[in-house]
Amino acid sequence: MSSNKKYWKSVEELNPNHNSAVEMLKQKEFTQEIPVDDFLGDKETLEDSSTTRRDFLKYVGFSTAAASLAACEGPVIKSIPYVVQPEQIIPGVANHYATAIANGYDFASVLIKTREGRPIKVESNSLAKASCGINARVQASVLDLYDNQRVVVPQKYGQAISWSELTAEVSQKLEALKGTDKSIVLLTQTFASPSTYKLISEFKQKYTNVSHIVYDAISESEAADAFQNKYGKRGLVNYDFSKAQTIVSIGADFLGDWQGGGFDAAYAKGRVPKNGKMSRHTQFEANMSLSGANADTRVALKPSQQKVVLAKLYGKLFGTSVGGDLPTNLQTAVDRAASELLKAGSNAVVLTGIQDVNAQNIVLAINEKLNSKAFDTAHPTQTRLGNDKAVAKLVSDMNAGTVGAVIMAGVNPAYTLPNATAFVEGLKQTELSVTFSMKNDETASVSQYVAAAPHYLESWGDIETKKGYYGLMQPTIRPLFDTKQFQDVLLELVGISGSYHDFVKSYWKSAILKDASWNDALHDGVYTSTSSATVDTADAFDSSEITTLSVAVKMLASTPLANDFELTLYPKTGMGDGQQANNPWLQEFPDPLTRTTWDNYLTVSEFDAKELGFYLDTSTFFSQNRHDANGGLNGKYANVTVNGVTVKVPVIIQPGQARGTMGMSFGYGRSEGLKAEMQTGVNAYPFYTNFNTVQNAKVELTDGKHEFACVQLHNTLMGRGDIIKETSLEIFNTESAADWNPMTMVSLNHEETPVDSPDVDLWDEFDRSIGHHFNLSIDLNSCTGCGACVIACHAENNVPVVGKQEIRRSRDMHWLRIDRYYSSDETFEGDNTTKENIEGLGSSLSTFGEMETPSENPQVAFQPIMCQHCNHAPCETVCPVAASSHGRQGQNHMAYNRCVGTRYCANNCPYKVRRFNWFLYNENDEFDYHMNNDLGRMVINPDVTVRSRGVMEKCSMCIQMTQKTILDAKRDGREVNPDEFKTACSSACDSGAISFGDINNKKSAITKLKDDERAYHLLDHVGTKPNVVYQVKVRNTNEA
Amino acid sequence: MKQGFKFYAPSKLLSTGLFFLTIIFTSLFAQDGDPVKGKSLFNANCAACHQLDKKMTGPALRNVEARLSETEGLDRAWLNSWIRNSSAMIKSGDAYANKIYAEYNGSAMTAFPQFSDEDINNILAYTAKEKAAPAVAVVGTSQATVESSSGVSQEIVLGALAILFGLLALGLFLVNKTLRRFASANNVEIAEAIKRKSLWKAFVQNQFLMLVAAIFFLLSSAYFVYGYLSQVGVDQGYQPIQPIHYSHKIHAGDNGIDCKYCHSSARVSKHSGIPALNVCMNCHKSIYEVSESTGNDEYSKEFYDGEIKKLYDAVGWDDANQKYTGKTKPVKWVRIHNLPDFAYFNHSQHVTVAGLECQTCHGPVEEMEVMYQFSPLTMGWCINCHRETNVKVQDNGYYEKIHKALSKKYGVEQLTAAQMGGLECGKCHY
Repeated sequence: MSSNKKYWKSVEELNPNHNSAVEMLKQKEFTQEIPVDDFLGDKETLEDSSTTRRDFLKYVGFSTAAASLAACEGPVIKSIPYVVQPEQIIPGVANHYATAIANGYDFASVLIKTREGRPIKVESNSLAKASCGINARVQASVLDLYDNQRVVVPQKYGQAISWSELTAEVSQKLEALKGTDKSIVLLTQTFASPSTYKLISEFKQKYTNVSHIVYDAISESEAADAFQNKYGKRGLVNYDFSKAQTIVSIGADFLGDWQGGGFDAAYAKGRVPKNGKMSRHTQFEANMSLSGANADTRVALKPSQQKVVLAKLYGKLFGTSVGGDLPTNLQTAVDRAASELLKAGSNAVVLTGIQDVNAQNIVLAINEKLNSKAFDTAHPTQTRLGNDKAVAKLVSDMNAGTVGAVIMAGVNPAYTLPNATAFVEGLKQTELSVTFSMKNDETASVSQYVAAAPHYLESWGDIETKKGYYGLMQPTIRPLFDTKQFQDVLLELVGISGSYHDFVKSYWKSAILKDASWNDALHDGVYTSTSSATVDTADAFDSSEITTLSVAVKMLASTPLANDFELTLYPKTGMGDGQQANNPWLQEFPDPLTRTTWDNYLTVSEFDAKELGFYLDTSTFFSQNRHDANGGLNGKYANVTVNGVTVKVPVIIQPGQARGTMGMSFGYGRSEGLKAEMQTGVNAYPFYTNFNTVQNAKVELTDGKHEFACVQLHNTLMGRGDIIKETSLEIFNTESAADWNPMTMVSLNHEETPVDSPDVDLWDEFDRSIGHHFNLSIDLNSCTGCGACVIACHAENNVPVVGKQEIRRSRDMHWLRIDRYYSSDETFEGDNTTKENIEGLGSSLSTFGEMETPSENPQVAFQPIMCQHCNHAPCETVCPVAASSHGRQGQNHMAYNRCVGTRYCANNCPYKVRRFNWFLYNENDEFDYHMNNDLGRMVINPDVTVRSRGVMEKCSMCIQMTQKTILDAKRDGREVNPDEFKTACSSACDSGAISFGDINNKKSAITKLKDDERAYHLLDHVGTKPNVVYQVKVRNTNEA
Repeated sequence: MKQGFKFYAPSKLLSTGLFFLTIIFTSLFAQDGDPVKGKSLFNANCAACHQLDKKMTGPALRNVEARLSETEGLDRAWLNSWIRNSSAMIKSGDAYANKIYAEYNGSAMTAFPQFSDEDINNILAYTAKEKAAPAVAVVGTSQATVESSSGVSQEIVLGALAILFGLLALGLFLVNKTLRRFASANNVEIAEAIKRKSLWKAFVQNQFLMLVAAIFFLLSSAYFVYGYLSQVGVDQGYQPIQPIHYSHKIHAGDNGIDCKYCHSSARVSKHSGIPALNVCMNCHKSIYEVSESTGNDEYSKEFYDGEIKKLYDAVGWDDANQKYTGKTKPVKWVRIHNLPDFAYFNHSQHVTVAGLECQTCHGPVEEMEVMYQFSPLTMGWCINCHRETNVKVQDNGYYEKIHKALSKKYGVEQLTAAQMGGLECGKCHY
């Protein structure tokens, strides 16, 4: 029996005169036609096309068949040997040459590894006693050589000309200017080169109206002025932090680039507790800097307060009363610092980064009074001799029309000057402007002549970084392009025959080496002498602003507290002054503190961010998120105004930033002479008025969302003290290691069992006592977070650059990363206590929520993390194709050609150190970095595979280096020497935080480090038994 | 390689014949010397700087005695004293001696005071020989006939066999026919075969057999596909034509030059290296042509000489004036042995440390007229050798302790490379 029930889909159907829409939907579910025409384009043109459908199919069929046939036939590979092989080159064997970098910002004696005549890596020269430190930028400098944006020929108004034409024309113009009332100006970087200064003095003699102006993009002019005033010679104090037990720094980021940097190695020596002692470091600063992050006590304060602090400190140390107001917490901090300094006496040192000649003068007086051992005025540093006032005068003179010619070398004032537009205008009024540049940069584009300059690896030269400490620069490759050194052209202009090489050699023989051998000096790359050979060529400085100490102290003490925000400009670790902006390694180098790549930004404290509306919440559903779902960090924009200049900058919240202050880094916002991908960030130089890094600024919120490429989102440890174990010096000295570095206990049959007990192990232990067994030790005390190891790892292991968008998707390829953690309490210890005290679910939810936010002035810890090479590796057991396996020597091997890309290993890695090649990063136009052009690929290390798309990769513990060391020993028929094994990171680490070796060799340093009472394994409760050991961080929090 | 030797003996015979022929024409100046002894003396002492017909470091010496006596009026006494101590003669102010000295850029000839008069006579006798007429290749016919006769006999045997089989088949057919005739004659009924299902239909209808057949088919095709795929990229036997026909057989085989003389970087580097052209010129500065005996049927002497000219062209050597022009054309060799980029191989580890012969991997290079890839260079091939080869530990301080401890652990006398860790992935893949 049929039912007469009526089934209906919608109320509309019941409506007797229901509308047609329902009827239509009944018949036709998809009412809209598929827009075929849209995607096939214009029908007419499609019909007119000569390719019919059948033809198209034929082409597809043919090309598929052709491609598969072609794949059957192997390519014919041509090999072209030398016609006449140079004696010293053996294909496959690396040569090392000692040379030096002196690009005006970084100065160091280095060793260059070359393969088949190509420089491929920068290494440290162990003979260099006064090296200025091989930082991340120096490590990356080898890639600048292979920059395909370099100027390849000399140019006149953008047109290529020959060198003979250029020198003839320049010489003619200079001759015309000689003796006129218009001056000839040499505007150069700090060369720190005795022979160059000699050459410039010759030039000055020939063309009488010459003035030589030394210009540092980021200036230390005040410190140099104060030094010159006091000691009669231009230079900077040479600090030796290994001799300092108490360090008080007021706004000086000496672990960064303060006064040329390079102090971290000596500093780190004093940071390792030895015989119960380590140095104590107090840092007063506004921005969170590397020095502040490493300090035992960090006091966040405004730059204007720093001046008062310095004055008060002076008062305490000299026993005079000094006026001025300070909040009580700052006052007690100053009192404490002063008493520590007095107690330490000659073992103490005081530094300041205040850009004020009187403040610098006071610091010199304080250190003299302390009779500080770390304070060396006999060997002043020569790497920052710039004279700001002279540069400022040059700009006004040029605009006044009194400058006839400007010859620039190693500088880019059109970018780095705060009044760059005035400079460019002035340059137009000169009769001759020549710039020696490697790039068509901002200055080159406004100069009449661009003299194509060689890279330092193609040049001759010399340096005297500190009085009496010399270095030689020699070419490690034939000039790639038609370039000529500034000095060679100068020689022609002066009329001295011979090359600059001859000039350096003869000058060294007569003035420096005396009877010593030139070949020895060239081989070593360094030479130490008691005398200095540098001629002073710079113009005299103006000492009018320097007052007596008492007046200076009063002036400082009465510094008014600024009402506006105080902006502190700083150089970022990876980018420095910005001359290496076209270097993809450095662009992708995560800043040690913000862990952000490819950008600069305004750092603001959380308090101010909330006040001004920059703050983004973590997980508000409806509002803009702090983080995207894919892990990308977002930020808002600020309009920052300094002295009438307004710039729109993205804002990042920096824990530890003093309230009422902001920070912004130099080196970004370049627009000329670099690839579009590298044109990142915002230029901070327009704010650099009067060459003062501290400026009063107005800030306001503006619209827009900025996408950062930040590699670390989680900023705190949330009380997980077993990731970074740390303790105080007092506990370290008095308690047993079991208290501050306890062995992790796990439960076995309801009994607490130490995790290293074989009973709790799933696996049987292999016997690794025969042969080599490699271990890597990382000392959290001496790691300053500088990141030189990160770039060294890139260079050694052909780590690809992936670009900002990929980094934002957390697809960075760094084999070695330096994690940075903030404490959410005042200290990490406080975090641990807070976590211990959590009881119940409600409390845990709320407390953990709070613990995600770093403290306003947190403690900071750096932790380099690479593959831990676990003896019981979780990644190895899950690989379906056994692409990851363990070697007897302790290394976790990764066979790229075996990997099928399941990424299971990365999932199973507790340390998150495995990296997946989401794309083909070489010879791919989507990733137009150095691996996409023939020139850039010359930096590739031929001993390491360049990985392809779809395979996993990770730190190999530089197996190519350990294998080579073993082979060398086998060939020589000897045992491997203790401490002969090295990895790229361990040899790049100036501060000695990373050490590597064979633990089966009882004589090697690593054997002791592995069994040190400070040693611990990361996440040891997982039972992975890593071959990387960390050393417990000890903080000197007790007052000395 | 057989072929190379086949023609060797006759051509040598021929050249010896020619040699005796030339002796008959020995000119009157050197009647008192023995040109055979002279030749060996010449090759041992003079050939580094002199050739008979070509100016090298020193002048060409063919008929030098006759030439000197005709043009300069100098006798053998002059020659004797020049050979024994030329620089003394230059100092003494002898006119012709000084002229020669100036002509060869002031490089004095090495003194040979040890030569007796007889030695010099012998050498001069050798130099006085007339130039041999170029050898005409009239060889190999007897060999060919031997070869063809063996071919003919095989064909005869085969033909006879075919005829035999044909006769047998015919015989069978005739026997069958005769038997049937007998059967019909005797009224014997030959049972007609029952019409059965044809075999293939039965096969198709038997599901079990079909299944087995399908599995067999699939497995065997998988086997062949696998075999095909695993030889992709394996270039064993790859023998490309090189821009210069360089014969390893002549250099390493006939002349016994050590491999590492030219491939010197194999001792210290991961690459064995293709020798730079200046290494070739160490010898080929004076070897501008091959000997008569080197030329063979396949490659004539002219061909080889032409290849040496190619070398001169590439390296920019002006043979006539004995100097470099500076115009070089680097040679683009075709690479034969090519490991993929992800495999690390180090020659010095195998050549210097393990002391392996080059032939272990590269095969009988000294017999290769044209170089080819001897080994498959596959991973299985590498691994196999590592499993079978003992580590050479003698006199190597590196292995002393390790070998002692490890061999004790494994309970063996001699460790293989595999037991030393030579099978670990990361040893070759990084």
